[in-house]
Amino acid sequence: MTKLLRTIFLVDLFQGLWVTFRTQHPKNIVTEQYPEHRPKIAERYRGAPRLNINPENGQTLCISCDLCAVACPENLIIVGWVRNPETKRKDLVTFTYDTSRCMFCGLCEDACPVDALELTQDFELASYSREGAIFDRQILEEGIKPTKYRF
Amino acid sequence: MAGTFLDSTELVLNMGPQHPSTHGVLRVIVKLDGERVNGTECVIGYLHRGVEKIGENRTYTMFAPYVDRMDYVAAISNGLGYCLAVEKLLNVEATPRAQAIRVVLTELNRIASHLLWLGTHALDIGAITPLFYCMREREYTLNIFEKYCGARLTTHAFRIGGLQYETYDGFEKEVEEFCDLFLPKVDEYEELLTGNRIWRERLIGVGILNEADCKAYGVTGPMLRAAGCAWDIRKALPYSGYEKYDFEVPIRQNGDTYDRYMVRMAEMRQSVRIIRQAVAAIPEGPIMAKVPKIIKPPVGEAYVSVEAPKGELGYYILSDGTTQPYRLRVRPPSFVNLQSLDKMAKGSLVADLVAIIGTIDIVLGEVDR
Repeated sequence: MTKLLRTIFLVDLFQGLWVTFRTQHPKNIVTEQYPEHRPKIAERYRGAPRLNINPENGQTLCISCDLCAVACPENLIIVGWVRNPETKRKDLVTFTYDTSRCMFCGLCEDACPVDALELTQDFELASYSREGAIFDRQILEEGIKPTKYRF
Repeated sequence: MAGTFLDSTELVLNMGPQHPSTHGVLRVIVKLDGERVNGTECVIGYLHRGVEKIGENRTYTMFAPYVDRMDYVAAISNGLGYCLAVEKLLNVEATPRAQAIRVVLTELNRIASHLLWLGTHALDIGAITPLFYCMREREYTLNIFEKYCGARLTTHAFRIGGLQYETYDGFEKEVEEFCDLFLPKVDEYEELLTGNRIWRERLIGVGILNEADCKAYGVTGPMLRAAGCAWDIRKALPYSGYEKYDFEVPIRQNGDTYDRYMVRMAEMRQSVRIIRQAVAAIPEGPIMAKVPKIIKPPVGEAYVSVEAPKGELGYYILSDGTTQPYRLRVRPPSFVNLQSLDKMAKGSLVADLVAIIGTIDIVLGEVDR
């Protein structure tokens, strides 16, 4: 009998509709308005790579130890260096990081002994060409500059 | 042919690989007699990347991010299984603190995986609303992952021997908040679906797979438990300290699509129970066990299976004493469970076939590897 009444009065339907109705309230809206409002990115986010420079003298922190290139599962980091005859140290010349093959696992970051290579919170990595995804030393040091759109 | 209507012949139709309700790139060749399915044949391999072969060419540490990309919906469970297998080869055990954090994250990932399953499964059947609600709650778990390890989906959260990252400030609080928030939401989904007569009509008695068939096909996970067999690796062969936590293995008897839905809903509640216990008792201490920098396991082999959201996920590693595995084999739950599709779909309608594919909870990244 109750079952029949429930069927006639569409109790199950209205139960579901009530749930949908409850969620209509504006304070329950959870959609992010992405380009207008920037999302909060976690501090540990593994995004675009950056090669840190010493803020005091603008010198690179990288010691050309090649550990990041060894740690990378995809072999996408190429470190170019020359031996400085005066200081007997390796001087960094080029640093190439191919983000088109990168899976942002963070192993290079973990391997770096001087915290020079770092995966940052920048996440807008789209580019118009394949070459644009290959970061050279300049981009890595300055950081990516995504286009800012106005609305 | 018996069972065909008048002079009608069997129609062979391709479903997929671009069909939206095949959950990726699964191609099913369906033999149809009108609306009735006479047989199905799965064609897989559209997402094949050769993960096992990649494993043979990478060191143990390097391979860890790749396992995330098999079942990308439950990347943390994959990572846990792989790390446990290498740890077994090395004969080390993660520290108690690492184990507790691993349990918290794995169970959160189970909830995330089940939520994505519920949303897409309901969407396949025609209930669109639960998808948005499920995504809303899944966002909370993904935010926790993002804050913890810096990635949302393919997390690479665990390392061999423990963890790379210490928990962030407020991790425990945030997880507990999620638990409090999540349980009423499960009731909300149930309010939308469980009693709904369309949902019940579409699911009850569809895609029945009994216990004997499950065992014959090697089907594990919620599908096996919905058929009445209480087999859960977390209880049967506890790993990572699961024996310390008090939880139930939900089972149902009929083994149809509705029961599998009920089992997964109950599993989400049990996961919350485990998370509550684990997060309340995360011990202090180091997060990394003593593992050499260059991982070089002794000659030997190890098989470790974990209870992934989809079923038994196994890693078999054969080591020849070098830094790279000699052979690495993965037993993916979705791949094995997918075998039972033909058995379940025979004699059902095309519309039910969509429900049946959804109920297996396949991820094609894992099926094809």
